[in-house]
Amino acid sequence: MAVTLSLSVNGKPVHATVDPRTLLVELLRNHLGLTGTHVGCDTAQCGACTVLVDDRAVKACNVLAAQMEGAKVVTIEGIAAADGTLHPMQAAFKECHGLQCGFCTTGMVMSAIDLVNRHPKASEAKIREELEGNLCRCTGYHNIVKAVQHGAAAMGK
Amino acid sequence: MGANEEGVIGKAVRRKEDARFLTGTGQYTDDVNQPNQTQAFFLRSPHAHAKIRGIDTAKAKASPGVVAVYTGADLEGVNGLPCGWLIHSTDGTPMKEPPHPVLAKGKVRYVGDHVALVIAETLAQAKDAAELIEVDYEVLPSVVNPIDALKPGAPQIHDEAPGNKCYTWALGDKAAVDAAFSKAAHVTRLDLVNNRLIPNAIEPRAAVASYSRADDAYTLYTTSQNPHVERLLMTAFVLGLPEHKVRVIAPDVGGGFGSKIYLYAEETAMVWAAKRVNRPIKWACERSESFLSDAHGRDHVTRAELALDKDGKFLALRVHTVAAMGAYLSTFASCIPTILYATLLAGQYTTPAIYAEVTAAFTNTAPVDAYRGAGRPEATYVVERIVHQAAAETGIAQDELRRRNFIRTFPYQTPVALLYDTGGYDACLDEANRMADVKGFAARKAESAKHGKLRGLGYASYIEACGLAPSNIAGALGARAGLFEAGEVRVHPTGSVTVFTGSHSHGQGHETTFAQVVAGRLGIPVENVDVVHGDTGRVVFGMGTYGSRSLAVGGTAIVKAVDKVIDKGKKIAAHLLEAAETDIEFRDGKFTVAGTDRSKAFGEVALAAYVPHNYPLDRLEPGLNETAFYDPTNFTFPAGTHVCEVEIDPDTGVVKVVQFCACDDFGNIINPMIVEGQVHGGVAQGLGQAMLENCVYDPKSGQLLTGTYMDYAMPRADDLPSFKVGTKVTPCTHNPLGAKGCGEAGAIGAPAAFMNAVMDALAAVGVKHFDMPATPHRVWAAIQSAKHA
Amino acid sequence: MYAFELHHAKSVADASAALSRTGGKALAGGQSLVAAMKLRLAQPGHLVDLSGIPELKGIRREGDHLVIGAMTRHADVVSSEAVKGAIPALAALAEGIGDRQVRNMGTIGGSIANNDPAADWPAAVLGLGATVVTSKRKIAADEFFKGMFETALAEGEIITAVSFPVPKKAAYAKFPNPASRFALVGVFVAQTGAGTRVAVTGAASSVFRSKAHEDALAKDWSAAAAKAVRTPDANLNSDLHGTAAYRAHLVSVMASRAVGATH
Ligand code: FES
Ligand code: FES
Repeated sequence: MAVTLSLSVNGKPVHATVDPRTLLVELLRNHLGLTGTHVGCDTAQCGACTVLVDDRAVKACNVLAAQMEGAKVVTIEGIAAADGTLHPMQAAFKECHGLQCGFCTTGMVMSAIDLVNRHPKASEAKIREELEGNLCRCTGYHNIVKAVQHGAAAMGK
Repeated sequence: MGANEEGVIGKAVRRKEDARFLTGTGQYTDDVNQPNQTQAFFLRSPHAHAKIRGIDTAKAKASPGVVAVYTGADLEGVNGLPCGWLIHSTDGTPMKEPPHPVLAKGKVRYVGDHVALVIAETLAQAKDAAELIEVDYEVLPSVVNPIDALKPGAPQIHDEAPGNKCYTWALGDKAAVDAAFSKAAHVTRLDLVNNRLIPNAIEPRAAVASYSRADDAYTLYTTSQNPHVERLLMTAFVLGLPEHKVRVIAPDVGGGFGSKIYLYAEETAMVWAAKRVNRPIKWACERSESFLSDAHGRDHVTRAELALDKDGKFLALRVHTVAAMGAYLSTFASCIPTILYATLLAGQYTTPAIYAEVTAAFTNTAPVDAYRGAGRPEATYVVERIVHQAAAETGIAQDELRRRNFIRTFPYQTPVALLYDTGGYDACLDEANRMADVKGFAARKAESAKHGKLRGLGYASYIEACGLAPSNIAGALGARAGLFEAGEVRVHPTGSVTVFTGSHSHGQGHETTFAQVVAGRLGIPVENVDVVHGDTGRVVFGMGTYGSRSLAVGGTAIVKAVDKVIDKGKKIAAHLLEAAETDIEFRDGKFTVAGTDRSKAFGEVALAAYVPHNYPLDRLEPGLNETAFYDPTNFTFPAGTHVCEVEIDPDTGVVKVVQFCACDDFGNIINPMIVEGQVHGGVAQGLGQAMLENCVYDPKSGQLLTGTYMDYAMPRADDLPSFKVGTKVTPCTHNPLGAKGCGEAGAIGAPAAFMNAVMDALAAVGVKHFDMPATPHRVWAAIQSAKHA
Repeated sequence: MYAFELHHAKSVADASAALSRTGGKALAGGQSLVAAMKLRLAQPGHLVDLSGIPELKGIRREGDHLVIGAMTRHADVVSSEAVKGAIPALAALAEGIGDRQVRNMGTIGGSIANNDPAADWPAAVLGLGATVVTSKRKIAADEFFKGMFETALAEGEIITAVSFPVPKKAAYAKFPNPASRFALVGVFVAQTGAGTRVAVTGAASSVFRSKAHEDALAKDWSAAAAKAVRTPDANLNSDLHGTAAYRAHLVSVMASRAVGATH
C-alpha cells in the first residue's frame, strides 16, 4: 500500500505518494530529479548520499522516505544562494581543490556543513574523525580537511 | 614561450569542472534517464566454480513487469570479451586465451560470474524475477590462490589452459644473473605477497543502453575511462556491429583507477539487448556487485633475490612471480605482470643484470587487471622492499645504499628493455630527507620509546614508465592496438576555442589543465577554452586515460593541433597583413610582421578564418580547426623518493603514519594544485593497500569474504595524516610539454615506503618481514611470533 | 528490498498492538534495519514506525538513575548535559558509535533491541547493570542480552527507556574493526553501587561480563591489574579481522585503557 507524505525539500513543500520501500535517496533522485545526491554503496558507509534532515547530516540511502514526514530536507542543490553564489563550504572546496571526480563531493560538503555547525572550531584531528562517515577515493582527504577548515572559517564570519 | 604562456602554465588555476560538481549538477551515468526506460539486473553465480546443467527462466519471464530474460544460450553469434595484449611464453607459444563469454555458457568460474540478464519495468521487479530463475548447478571444487592453482591436481578452470597456466614469460639475461650471484659478497632473499585489491571508485559502474530503429543506431552511456576503445572492442570484436552505428558516451565519471578501462560483460549484454527489447535499458551496479565483478588489482606472489658486492653495489636481481589472472582474461590483464612490471625492476639503480620470470595463473576469482599503477607498484614493492632488507642485513644506511646504486648518466639503457631519457634521483632523495627531517628521527624515536611505542622510517625510491605508449614498442611487446592519442582544436569565429581530447577525465581535471595548455600557447584567457571529452560522437578518436598518460600523450596531441592552428593562423595573418608567411611571428596572442608593429590579434585572425571575403581560395581554405594525432617515441619516466614515518603501539599492533613526505619528478608541471592532489590521492591508495585493504576469498568455498565495506577496509580520513609533497624537475626530453605524468606515483611509492617503515620500527623486536596489509592484528601477530621464535 | 506495509504508531500501546497484530518489526532510527532490508537480509512484512511516539524521547535524571528514552538518538546523548553530568562515559561511548550521520538517526533503543554482537550500547547497559524498561516490564541487563541478535524481548514488546544507575566511576574503551569500525573489542568498566562490573562487546557472539576482570579490578582498580588478566579465548570470535587470541589479548588492553580513562 502506498504511503503519502509531506515534507520540505530545499525550502519547497513536497507532497508525494510512494511505495513504503522508497528510500529518501530514491525520492530525491528519481521522483524529484535531484541527482546531486549520489549513491556509492549499499551498506550505508560511503556517505555519498548525505543530506541534511532538520539540520542534521543523514545518509539518505539508509532512511525510508516515509520516515521523513514533516521533515525539512536540504540537499546539495539547496545550499547556494538564489543568485548562484556558492555556500562558503562549496567555495572552500573549490578554493582548496577538495574534490577530484566529484562523486563523493556532494555528500562530503553536506557532511562538512553539519560538522562545522556542531564543531565550529574543530582541530584537524577532530575533522578527520568526524569525516568517518564519508569515503573519498580520489583526494586522500588532504585537501578535503583543508577545505573544511577554510569553510569553517568562512561560515564563522 | 610567450608572456601569457608563462602567466598560465605552472599556475594553480582553480578547476573549471568544480562548478557543476559542487552544486550537484554534474551528470554521472546513473543520473541519465531515458523515456520509456527499463531496468536491468544481472543474476550472478553464487558458486566459485560450477557446471550449469540447465537454466529455467520460464517463471522469471512470467513474473510481473518483466520485459525479457536472457542467458548465455540466447547470445547466438556474440563473441567473447577480448584481451588486448598477446603475451608469448618462454617456449614461444602464445598465452592461453580461453573464451570469456558475455553471459556464462555451460560453466561459471567465479562468484559473481554473469548468468542471466533480467530486464523489467522496475529494478525491484527485475530482482524479484531473478530470484525465480532456476539454475541447476553442479558445484565443482574451486581454487582461488594462484600458487594453489598451479599445483598438480588443482581444479581445472578452463579446458584450454591445462594446469590453469596462462603463460610463463621471462625477461632478462638469466646466465648473466646466475654468474653474478655466484660471485656475490652478499645475497638478500625475500618472499613477498602483493595483496589483491578491489579498486572501489566511489561511483559504482553503470550503463544506459538504447537503440533507435529509425537510424539503426545505438547509444551507450557508461562509466568508462576510454569510450573509444570500449566502442572499438565491443563493436568489432564482440557484437559485430558497424562502429559508426554505436555512440559511446562516458559523461562525468566518478573515479576509475583502472577499473573502468575495461570492456565488461554488463554493458556489452545491454547494447545487444537494447535492440531486442527496443527500449532503453538502465543498469546501476550496487556496491556489493562491484566488489564481486569489477576487475581487481595486484595479487602477486614473488620470490626475489638481490646480489651485492662487498661495497653494497647491486650486482644482480632475480625475481620469480606468480600472478593471478582471475577466472578470465580481462582487457589488459596479460600485460600488467609482464610488460608493465618486469621492465621496471631496475628501479633507479644501476643493477647490471636482472632476470624475471612470471607465470600467470587462472583462479576462480574476479578477473585481475590494471589498478592504479598497474604492475609498477608491484615492481617497486619488490625492488624497494629488498633494498630495504639488504640495507638492514648489511648495516648500510637505507638512503646511503640507495645512493650508492643510483643511475646518474642519461640516457640509460636498463637490462630490462627500457631506455630512461632523463632523471635526477639524488635531488629527490635529498629533498625528501630534508622534508622528512631525517636528522631529527633518532630523537623522535627515543621519545616514542619513552611512551612504549616503536618508531620507524622507511624509503621508497620508485620509478615508473608512463605516457603509454610508443605504439611501435608496445606492438613489439604484444599490444594489439596502437596507443597514440588524438586532439582537436576548434577555433570559433570570435576566437574562443573548444578542445576535443581522446583522453578522459574522471577526476584528473583535464578541463582545466588542457585549457591552460591551449590558452597558454594561444595567448588567450583560460575562460575562453572549453574541453570536451568522453563522447565518441564528438571526439574524433582516443585511447583514453590510464598509465598516467593524459598530459604527456593526450596533452601533446593537443599541442600539435594548436601548432597547426598557429601555422594556419600565420597564413591568414600573412594574407591580411599583405606580408610573406615566413615573416609572420606569433607571440602573446598576436600575429606580427617581424620587425614591425603591424599585427593582428588572434581573435581577428579567427574571425577572418570564418569570414573569408577576399581569400586566395586556391591557397587558403576557410576555417580554423585542426586535428592531430600523437604517438610518443618513448615512455616517460617519473621518479621520486617517498619517506614514511610510523609509530607502532606494540600492545594493539596499531600503526600510525605520523609523517609522509613525497618528493617527485614529474617533469614540467602545468597546474601544481592538480598535481599535488593526484599525489595525495595516490599516496592514500598506496597506504590503503599497505595498511588496510585486502581482498580475501575463502580458500574452500571460493566465496568473497571481503564483499562489503564492513569487511574490506577503505582508508578513511582519520587513518591518514596530511602529506608533505614536493617536486624536482627534469623535463621529459621527448615531448614538447616536457611532462611525464603524475597520476600513479603515490600509489607506487607509498606501499613500500610504509612497509619499510614498519619493518624498521619492528626490527627492534625481531620482526623481519610479513606481508601487506599491516593491519593491527597482523602487526601484533608478527610481534608475537618473533617473540616466540 | 521486499515489499512491506508501514504503520505510524501514535503511542506505545498503539505500537505494541500493531506489532502483535502483524508480527512485524519496530522501526526506530532504522540504521541497522533499513540497511538489512536493502540487502534483502531482513524481510519484515510490516514495519511499525516509533518516531511519532513522544514518550519514547528524552533524557532525564531520576534520583540516582539516568533515564534515556528509547528513541533518543545517539547524537543527542553525545551532546546532553544531563548525560555528561551524570555518566560522561555514556556520552563518550555514544560519540564513538558508527559515524556522525548514523548517530544523527540511530537510537539507543534500536541498538539494544538489535543486540548486534559488535554494538557499543550493550556494553554500557551490561557494564552499568542498567534496567531495560519495556512496554510490559523492567528487565535487568543481566537478563536482557540472550545471544547473537537475541534479547529477552517478547513479540510486540517495545523498549521504552533504559535506566542507568549513576556509577562512582565508569569508562568505555573501544578497539574498532578497521573496516566496519564496529567494536572488534569494546570494554566497559564501572564501579557501581552493586560492585565492579566489566562488560565486553565485539569479542564474542554477544556482549558478556568478564568475571576475571571484575575480580581483579575489585581488588585493585588499576590499569595494570586489568592488563594482567589473561582472558580465555575459547568462546571468542575468530575472523578476518582478528583471531580469538588477539581478541582475548585486546580485552585486557582495552580494559586497562578504560580503567586508565576513568576519573
Ligand atoms: S550511498 Fe553509501 S552511505 Fe549512502
Ligand atoms: S573526489 Fe572522487 S571520490 Fe572524492
